[in-house]
Amino acid sequence: MSESAFQIFVNALLANNFVLAMFLGLCPFLGVSGKLDTAFPMGVATTFVMLVASLCAYGLNLLLTAFHLEFLRLISYIVIIASSVQLVEMVLKKYSPGLFRALGIYLPLITTNCAVLGVALFQTARDYSFVQSVVFAVGGGGGFTLALVLMASVRERLTLSNVPDLAQGTALSLMLAGILSLSFMGFAGLGG
Amino acid sequence: MNTAQCKTWDEFTEGIWRQNPVFVMVLGMCPVLAVSVSAVNALSMGLATMFVLVCSCGLVSLLRRMIPKEVRIAVYIVIIATFVTAVDYAIQAISLALYDALGAFIQLIVVNCIILGRAEAHAAKNPPVPAMFNAAGMGIGFTIGLFALGAVREVLGAGTLFGITLFGAGFQPWVIMVLPPGGFFVLGAWLLFFAWLERRKLRRAAPLSEAGQHV
Repeated sequence: MSESAFQIFVNALLANNFVLAMFLGLCPFLGVSGKLDTAFPMGVATTFVMLVASLCAYGLNLLLTAFHLEFLRLISYIVIIASSVQLVEMVLKKYSPGLFRALGIYLPLITTNCAVLGVALFQTARDYSFVQSVVFAVGGGGGFTLALVLMASVRERLTLSNVPDLAQGTALSLMLAGILSLSFMGFAGLGG
Repeated sequence: MNTAQCKTWDEFTEGIWRQNPVFVMVLGMCPVLAVSVSAVNALSMGLATMFVLVCSCGLVSLLRRMIPKEVRIAVYIVIIATFVTAVDYAIQAISLALYDALGAFIQLIVVNCIILGRAEAHAAKNPPVPAMFNAAGMGIGFTIGLFALGAVREVLGAGTLFGITLFGAGFQPWVIMVLPPGGFFVLGAWLLFFAWLERRKLRRAAPLSEAGQHV
Protein backbone atom coordinates (compact mmCIF):
# COMPACT_ATOMS: atom_id res chain seq x y z
CA MET A 1 0.00 0.00 0.00
CA SER A 2 1.49 3.30 -1.05
CA GLU A 3 -0.72 5.58 1.01
CA SER A 4 0.64 6.38 4.43
CA ALA A 5 -1.68 6.52 7.41
CA PHE A 6 -1.26 10.28 7.65
CA GLN A 7 -2.29 10.77 4.02
CA ILE A 8 -5.39 8.68 4.54
CA PHE A 9 -6.29 10.66 7.64
CA VAL A 10 -5.90 14.08 6.01
CA ASN A 11 -7.74 12.92 2.91
CA ALA A 12 -10.70 11.59 4.84
CA LEU A 13 -10.77 14.60 7.15
CA LEU A 14 -10.42 17.45 4.67
CA ALA A 15 -9.69 16.82 1.00
CA ASN A 16 -12.29 14.09 0.56
CA ASN A 17 -14.53 15.16 3.39
CA PHE A 18 -17.28 12.57 3.74
CA VAL A 19 -20.11 15.05 3.81
CA LEU A 20 -18.96 17.90 1.61
CA ALA A 21 -17.02 16.08 -1.09
CA MET A 22 -18.39 12.56 -1.12
CA PHE A 23 -22.00 13.26 -0.13
CA LEU A 24 -22.14 10.65 2.59
CA GLY A 25 -24.32 11.15 5.64
CA LEU A 26 -26.35 14.07 4.36
CA CYS A 27 -29.52 13.20 6.26
CA PRO A 28 -28.08 13.90 9.73
CA PHE A 29 -26.01 16.73 8.24
CA LEU A 30 -29.16 18.55 7.20
CA GLY A 31 -31.31 17.28 10.05
CA VAL A 32 -29.22 17.72 13.21
CA SER A 33 -27.18 20.76 12.24
CA GLY A 34 -29.67 23.26 13.63
CA LYS A 35 -28.00 23.68 17.02
CA LEU A 36 -24.36 23.46 18.00
CA ASP A 37 -24.95 21.57 21.27
CA THR A 38 -26.63 18.66 19.48
CA ALA A 39 -24.41 18.73 16.40
CA PHE A 40 -21.17 18.03 18.25
CA PRO A 41 -22.37 15.03 20.29
CA MET A 42 -24.03 13.65 17.19
CA GLY A 43 -20.72 13.87 15.37
CA VAL A 44 -18.88 12.15 18.20
CA ALA A 45 -21.50 9.39 18.45
CA THR A 46 -21.29 8.81 14.70
CA THR A 47 -17.49 8.74 14.82
CA PHE A 48 -17.62 6.15 17.58
CA VAL A 49 -20.05 3.97 15.61
CA MET A 50 -17.81 4.36 12.55
CA LEU A 51 -14.78 3.18 14.49
CA VAL A 52 -16.58 0.16 15.92
CA ALA A 53 -18.10 -0.67 12.55
CA SER A 54 -14.76 -0.32 10.82
CA LEU A 55 -13.03 -2.65 13.32
CA CYS A 56 -15.77 -5.25 13.05
CA ALA A 57 -15.95 -4.95 9.28
CA TYR A 58 -12.21 -5.54 9.02
CA GLY A 59 -12.41 -8.76 11.04
CA LEU A 60 -15.55 -9.89 9.32
CA ASN A 61 -14.10 -9.32 5.89
CA LEU A 62 -11.16 -11.61 6.71
CA LEU A 63 -13.63 -14.25 7.80
CA LEU A 64 -15.88 -13.87 4.75
CA THR A 65 -12.95 -13.97 2.35
CA ALA A 66 -11.61 -17.09 4.04
CA PHE A 67 -14.92 -18.89 3.50
CA HIS A 68 -15.58 -17.36 0.05
CA LEU A 69 -18.80 -15.73 1.18
CA GLU A 70 -18.21 -12.29 -0.32
CA PHE A 71 -21.82 -11.97 -1.44
CA LEU A 72 -22.85 -11.82 2.22
CA ARG A 73 -20.62 -8.82 2.85
CA LEU A 74 -23.25 -6.11 2.55
CA ILE A 75 -25.79 -7.92 4.71
CA SER A 76 -23.32 -8.73 7.48
CA TYR A 77 -21.90 -5.19 7.51
CA ILE A 78 -25.30 -3.66 7.96
CA VAL A 79 -26.15 -6.05 10.80
CA ILE A 80 -22.91 -5.11 12.57
CA ILE A 81 -23.64 -1.41 12.18
CA ALA A 82 -27.18 -1.82 13.46
CA SER A 83 -25.92 -3.60 16.56
CA SER A 84 -23.22 -1.03 17.33
CA VAL A 85 -25.80 1.75 17.02
CA GLN A 86 -27.95 -0.14 19.49
CA LEU A 87 -24.97 -0.23 21.85
CA VAL A 88 -24.35 3.52 21.61
CA GLU A 89 -28.04 4.13 22.14
CA MET A 90 -28.09 2.08 25.35
CA VAL A 91 -24.96 3.76 26.70
CA LEU A 92 -26.32 7.25 25.99
CA LYS A 93 -29.73 6.43 27.44
CA LYS A 94 -28.11 5.34 30.69
CA TYR A 95 -25.47 8.03 31.10
CA SER A 96 -26.93 11.07 29.35
CA PRO A 97 -30.73 10.93 29.06
CA GLY A 98 -30.94 14.62 28.13
CA LEU A 99 -28.70 14.20 25.13
CA PHE A 100 -30.55 11.00 24.27
CA ARG A 101 -33.80 12.93 24.03
CA ALA A 102 -32.24 15.82 22.11
CA LEU A 103 -30.87 13.55 19.40
CA GLY A 104 -34.25 11.85 19.17
CA ILE A 105 -35.00 10.01 15.98
CA TYR A 106 -31.57 10.76 14.52
CA LEU A 107 -29.83 8.40 16.93
CA PRO A 108 -31.33 5.15 15.58
CA LEU A 109 -30.96 6.67 12.14
CA ILE A 110 -27.15 6.44 12.45
CA THR A 111 -27.80 2.90 11.23
CA THR A 112 -28.94 4.31 7.91
CA ASN A 113 -26.15 6.89 7.82
CA CYS A 114 -24.39 6.24 4.55
CA ALA A 115 -21.14 7.52 6.02
CA VAL A 116 -20.92 4.58 8.43
CA LEU A 117 -21.58 1.94 5.81
CA GLY A 118 -19.41 3.99 3.45
CA VAL A 119 -16.39 3.62 5.75
CA ALA A 120 -16.84 -0.14 5.86
CA LEU A 121 -17.35 -0.46 2.11
CA PHE A 122 -14.52 1.87 1.07
CA GLN A 123 -11.95 0.26 3.33
CA THR A 124 -12.87 -3.10 1.83
CA ALA A 125 -12.80 -1.81 -1.73
CA ARG A 126 -9.40 -0.17 -1.18
CA ASP A 127 -7.85 -3.15 0.64
CA TYR A 128 -6.79 -1.09 3.64
CA SER A 129 -4.70 -2.77 6.30
CA PHE A 130 -5.82 -2.80 9.92
CA VAL A 131 -4.07 0.44 10.87
CA GLN A 132 -5.17 2.14 7.67
CA SER A 133 -8.80 1.14 8.35
CA VAL A 134 -8.74 2.57 11.86
CA VAL A 135 -7.16 5.81 10.69
CA PHE A 136 -9.64 6.05 7.84
CA ALA A 137 -12.59 5.61 10.21
CA VAL A 138 -11.31 8.21 12.67
CA GLY A 139 -10.50 10.67 9.88
CA GLY A 140 -13.88 10.16 8.24
CA GLY A 141 -15.71 10.55 11.53
CA GLY A 142 -13.67 13.63 12.36
CA GLY A 143 -14.51 15.10 8.97
CA PHE A 144 -18.18 14.39 9.53
CA THR A 145 -18.07 16.07 12.95
CA LEU A 146 -16.19 19.03 11.50
CA ALA A 147 -18.73 19.54 8.73
CA LEU A 148 -21.61 19.18 11.16
CA VAL A 149 -20.14 21.67 13.64
CA LEU A 150 -19.30 24.22 10.94
CA MET A 151 -22.77 23.96 9.48
CA ALA A 152 -24.42 24.25 12.88
CA SER A 153 -22.43 27.36 13.77
CA VAL A 154 -23.37 29.04 10.50
CA ARG A 155 -27.01 28.12 10.91
CA GLU A 156 -27.11 29.40 14.48
CA ARG A 157 -25.90 32.76 13.24
CA LEU A 158 -28.35 32.67 10.40
CA THR A 159 -31.40 32.46 12.65
CA LEU A 160 -30.69 36.07 13.63
CA SER A 161 -30.39 37.38 10.10
CA ASN A 162 -33.06 38.41 7.69
CA VAL A 163 -33.58 35.71 5.06
CA PRO A 164 -36.34 35.86 2.42
CA ASP A 165 -38.91 33.38 3.74
CA LEU A 166 -39.09 31.64 0.36
CA ALA A 167 -35.53 30.41 0.90
CA GLN A 168 -36.17 29.42 4.52
CA GLY A 169 -35.45 25.78 5.44
CA THR A 170 -33.80 23.11 3.38
CA ALA A 171 -33.11 25.22 0.32
CA LEU A 172 -31.06 27.61 2.43
CA SER A 173 -29.18 24.76 4.14
CA LEU A 174 -28.30 23.30 0.76
CA MET A 175 -26.96 26.60 -0.52
CA LEU A 176 -24.88 26.91 2.65
CA ALA A 177 -23.60 23.37 2.22
CA GLY A 178 -22.66 24.28 -1.35
CA ILE A 179 -20.58 27.20 -0.19
CA LEU A 180 -18.92 25.11 2.54
CA SER A 181 -18.21 22.42 -0.03
CA LEU A 182 -16.70 25.04 -2.31
CA SER A 183 -14.32 26.15 0.40
CA PHE A 184 -13.39 22.56 1.23
CA MET A 185 -12.35 22.13 -2.39
CA GLY A 186 -9.44 24.34 -1.47
CA PHE A 187 -8.00 21.37 0.44
CA ALA A 188 -7.82 19.29 -2.73
CA GLY A 189 -4.42 17.72 -3.19
CA LEU A 190 -3.45 18.26 0.43
CA GLY A 191 -3.30 14.54 1.14
CA GLY A 192 -1.01 13.99 -1.83
CA MET B 1 -63.03 3.18 -10.67
CA ASN B 2 -64.29 1.96 -7.31
CA THR B 3 -63.00 3.33 -4.04
CA ALA B 4 -60.28 0.72 -3.52
CA GLN B 5 -58.84 1.32 -6.97
CA CYS B 6 -59.11 5.02 -6.47
CA LYS B 7 -57.17 4.79 -3.22
CA THR B 8 -54.43 2.68 -4.78
CA TRP B 9 -54.11 5.12 -7.65
CA ASP B 10 -53.95 7.97 -5.20
CA GLU B 11 -51.17 6.26 -3.26
CA PHE B 12 -49.33 5.59 -6.48
CA THR B 13 -49.33 9.20 -7.62
CA GLU B 14 -48.52 10.47 -4.12
CA GLY B 15 -44.86 9.59 -4.51
CA ILE B 16 -44.58 11.15 -7.92
CA TRP B 17 -45.72 14.62 -7.05
CA ARG B 18 -47.30 15.52 -3.71
CA GLN B 19 -44.82 13.59 -1.58
CA ASN B 20 -41.92 13.50 -4.02
CA PRO B 21 -39.04 11.97 -2.06
CA VAL B 22 -36.42 14.31 -3.50
CA PHE B 23 -38.16 17.67 -3.71
CA VAL B 24 -40.78 17.50 -0.98
CA MET B 25 -39.54 15.08 1.66
CA VAL B 26 -35.82 15.67 0.94
CA LEU B 27 -34.95 12.06 1.76
CA GLY B 28 -32.18 9.88 0.41
CA MET B 29 -30.02 12.84 -0.48
CA CYS B 30 -26.67 11.06 -0.52
CA PRO B 31 -27.09 9.13 -3.77
CA VAL B 32 -29.07 12.00 -5.25
CA LEU B 33 -26.20 14.42 -4.99
CA ALA B 34 -23.33 12.02 -5.53
CA VAL B 35 -24.56 10.23 -8.61
CA SER B 36 -26.32 13.04 -10.46
CA VAL B 37 -23.30 14.30 -12.40
CA SER B 38 -24.78 13.01 -15.65
CA ALA B 39 -28.26 12.15 -16.86
CA VAL B 40 -27.41 8.50 -17.61
CA ASN B 41 -25.94 7.86 -14.17
CA ALA B 42 -28.91 9.55 -12.52
CA LEU B 43 -31.43 7.52 -14.48
CA SER B 44 -29.78 4.16 -13.85
CA MET B 45 -29.38 4.90 -10.16
CA GLY B 46 -33.06 5.86 -10.02
CA LEU B 47 -34.13 2.63 -11.69
CA ALA B 48 -31.90 0.49 -9.46
CA THR B 49 -33.35 2.17 -6.37
CA MET B 50 -36.87 1.72 -7.68
CA PHE B 51 -36.33 -2.00 -8.21
CA VAL B 52 -35.08 -2.46 -4.65
CA LEU B 53 -37.89 -0.29 -3.32
CA VAL B 54 -40.69 -2.22 -5.04
CA CYS B 55 -39.28 -5.69 -4.26
CA SER B 56 -38.50 -5.02 -0.63
CA CYS B 57 -41.81 -3.26 0.01
CA GLY B 58 -43.65 -6.22 -1.53
CA LEU B 59 -41.77 -8.71 0.62
CA VAL B 60 -42.10 -6.65 3.80
CA SER B 61 -45.81 -6.36 3.16
CA LEU B 62 -46.17 -10.13 2.61
CA LEU B 63 -44.32 -10.85 5.83
CA ARG B 64 -45.90 -8.05 7.85
CA ARG B 65 -47.89 -10.35 10.16
CA MET B 66 -44.90 -12.61 10.84
CA ILE B 67 -42.27 -10.01 11.73
CA PRO B 68 -42.05 -9.38 15.49
CA LYS B 69 -42.40 -5.70 16.26
CA GLU B 70 -39.19 -5.45 18.29
CA VAL B 71 -36.82 -6.56 15.55
CA ARG B 72 -38.71 -5.15 12.59
CA ILE B 73 -36.10 -2.59 11.55
CA ALA B 74 -33.37 -5.24 11.51
CA VAL B 75 -35.58 -7.53 9.44
CA TYR B 76 -36.37 -4.76 6.95
CA ILE B 77 -32.71 -3.92 6.56
CA VAL B 78 -31.76 -7.52 5.91
CA ILE B 79 -34.52 -7.79 3.30
CA ILE B 80 -33.36 -4.58 1.62
CA ALA B 81 -29.71 -5.65 1.73
CA THR B 82 -30.61 -8.91 0.00
CA PHE B 83 -32.18 -7.13 -2.94
CA VAL B 84 -29.37 -4.60 -3.12
CA THR B 85 -26.82 -7.41 -3.33
CA ALA B 86 -28.80 -8.82 -6.26
CA VAL B 87 -28.90 -5.43 -8.01
CA ASP B 88 -25.20 -4.91 -7.34
CA TYR B 89 -24.26 -8.17 -9.06
CA ALA B 90 -26.76 -7.56 -11.88
CA ILE B 91 -25.32 -4.14 -12.76
CA GLN B 92 -21.80 -5.53 -12.58
CA ALA B 93 -22.83 -8.19 -15.12
CA ILE B 94 -24.73 -5.83 -17.43
CA SER B 95 -22.38 -2.85 -17.67
CA LEU B 96 -19.01 -2.63 -15.99
CA ALA B 97 -18.60 1.01 -17.06
CA LEU B 98 -21.82 1.96 -15.29
CA TYR B 99 -20.79 -0.09 -12.26
CA ASP B 100 -17.54 1.86 -12.03
CA ALA B 101 -19.31 5.19 -12.48
CA LEU B 102 -21.83 4.55 -9.71
CA GLY B 103 -19.17 3.05 -7.47
CA ALA B 104 -20.07 2.30 -3.88
CA PHE B 105 -23.38 4.09 -4.24
CA ILE B 106 -25.11 0.97 -5.55
CA GLN B 107 -24.33 -0.82 -2.30
CA LEU B 108 -25.25 2.29 -0.38
CA ILE B 109 -28.83 1.92 -1.64
CA VAL B 110 -29.22 -0.21 1.51
CA VAL B 111 -29.06 2.85 3.69
CA ASN B 112 -31.30 5.01 1.52
CA CYS B 113 -33.82 6.41 3.98
CA ILE B 114 -36.62 6.35 1.39
CA ILE B 115 -36.69 2.57 1.28
CA LEU B 116 -36.63 2.02 5.02
CA GLY B 117 -39.13 4.85 5.42
CA ARG B 118 -41.56 3.29 2.95
CA ALA B 119 -41.19 -0.16 4.51
CA GLU B 120 -41.92 1.23 7.95
CA ALA B 121 -44.59 3.78 7.07
CA HIS B 122 -46.52 2.02 4.33
CA ALA B 123 -45.60 -1.56 3.48
CA ALA B 124 -45.78 -2.76 7.09
CA LYS B 125 -49.42 -1.68 7.31
CA ASN B 126 -50.83 -2.50 3.89
CA PRO B 127 -51.40 -5.57 1.68
CA PRO B 128 -48.76 -6.31 -0.99
CA VAL B 129 -50.48 -4.81 -4.05
CA PRO B 130 -51.10 -1.28 -2.72
CA ALA B 131 -47.70 -1.38 -0.99
CA MET B 132 -45.95 -2.18 -4.26
CA PHE B 133 -47.91 0.48 -6.13
CA ASN B 134 -46.99 3.05 -3.52
CA ALA B 135 -43.36 1.95 -3.69
CA ALA B 136 -43.39 2.18 -7.48
CA GLY B 137 -44.78 5.71 -7.27
CA MET B 138 -42.06 6.70 -4.83
CA GLY B 139 -39.47 5.07 -7.06
CA ILE B 140 -40.69 6.99 -10.10
CA GLY B 141 -40.72 10.22 -8.11
CA PHE B 142 -37.17 9.53 -6.94
CA THR B 143 -36.04 8.77 -10.50
CA ILE B 144 -37.63 11.99 -11.78
CA GLY B 145 -35.91 13.97 -9.05
CA LEU B 146 -32.55 12.39 -9.79
CA PHE B 147 -32.99 12.92 -13.49
CA ALA B 148 -33.98 16.58 -13.06
CA LEU B 149 -30.82 17.13 -11.08
CA GLY B 150 -28.57 15.04 -13.32
CA ALA B 151 -29.80 16.66 -16.52
CA VAL B 152 -29.27 20.21 -15.23
CA ARG B 153 -25.82 19.39 -13.93
CA GLU B 154 -24.75 17.66 -17.12
CA VAL B 155 -26.07 20.43 -19.40
CA LEU B 156 -24.45 23.21 -17.37
CA GLY B 157 -21.31 21.39 -16.33
CA ALA B 158 -20.36 19.59 -19.52
CA GLY B 159 -22.61 21.08 -22.19
CA THR B 160 -24.02 17.67 -23.05
CA LEU B 161 -27.16 15.62 -22.42
CA PHE B 162 -26.90 11.81 -22.56
CA GLY B 163 -23.42 12.42 -23.96
CA ILE B 164 -24.69 14.45 -26.94
CA THR B 165 -23.13 17.89 -27.29
CA LEU B 166 -25.77 20.60 -27.12
CA PHE B 167 -23.90 23.84 -27.68
CA GLY B 168 -21.44 25.16 -30.22
CA ALA B 169 -17.70 25.22 -29.75
CA GLY B 170 -17.95 28.61 -28.04
CA PHE B 171 -19.64 27.07 -25.00
CA GLN B 172 -17.56 27.34 -21.87
CA PRO B 173 -18.50 24.45 -19.53
CA TRP B 174 -19.53 25.48 -16.06
CA VAL B 175 -17.27 22.95 -14.39
CA ILE B 176 -18.36 23.73 -10.85
CA MET B 177 -21.72 22.13 -11.64
CA VAL B 178 -20.29 18.62 -11.98
CA LEU B 179 -18.11 19.09 -8.89
CA PRO B 180 -19.56 18.46 -5.42
CA PRO B 181 -20.65 22.07 -4.68
CA GLY B 182 -22.69 22.12 -7.88
CA GLY B 183 -24.86 19.29 -6.55
CA PHE B 184 -25.78 21.32 -3.49
CA PHE B 185 -26.43 24.46 -5.52
CA VAL B 186 -28.61 22.79 -8.16
CA LEU B 187 -30.69 20.91 -5.59
CA GLY B 188 -31.09 24.13 -3.60
CA ALA B 189 -32.22 25.93 -6.72
CA TRP B 190 -34.78 23.23 -7.51
CA LEU B 191 -36.15 23.43 -3.96
CA LEU B 192 -36.40 27.22 -4.27
CA PHE B 193 -38.26 26.79 -7.54
CA PHE B 194 -40.76 24.38 -5.98
CA ALA B 195 -41.24 26.63 -2.96
CA TRP B 196 -41.99 29.48 -5.37
CA LEU B 197 -44.51 27.33 -7.31
CA GLU B 198 -46.25 26.33 -4.09
CA ARG B 199 -46.40 29.94 -2.93
CA ARG B 200 -47.89 31.06 -6.22
CA LYS B 201 -50.52 28.32 -6.10
CA LEU B 202 -51.50 29.28 -2.56
CA ARG B 203 -51.75 32.93 -3.43
CA ARG B 204 -54.05 32.15 -6.34
CA ALA B 205 -56.21 29.79 -4.32
CA ALA B 206 -56.47 32.05 -1.27
CA PRO B 207 -59.08 34.54 -2.53
CA LEU B 208 -61.37 31.71 -3.68
CA SER B 209 -61.55 29.44 -0.66
CA GLU B 210 -59.66 28.09 2.32
CA ALA B 211 -60.08 24.57 0.94
CA GLY B 212 -57.37 25.16 -1.62
CA GLN B 213 -54.73 24.99 1.08
CA HIS B 214 -54.41 21.23 1.28
CA VAL B 215 -50.91 20.05 1.85
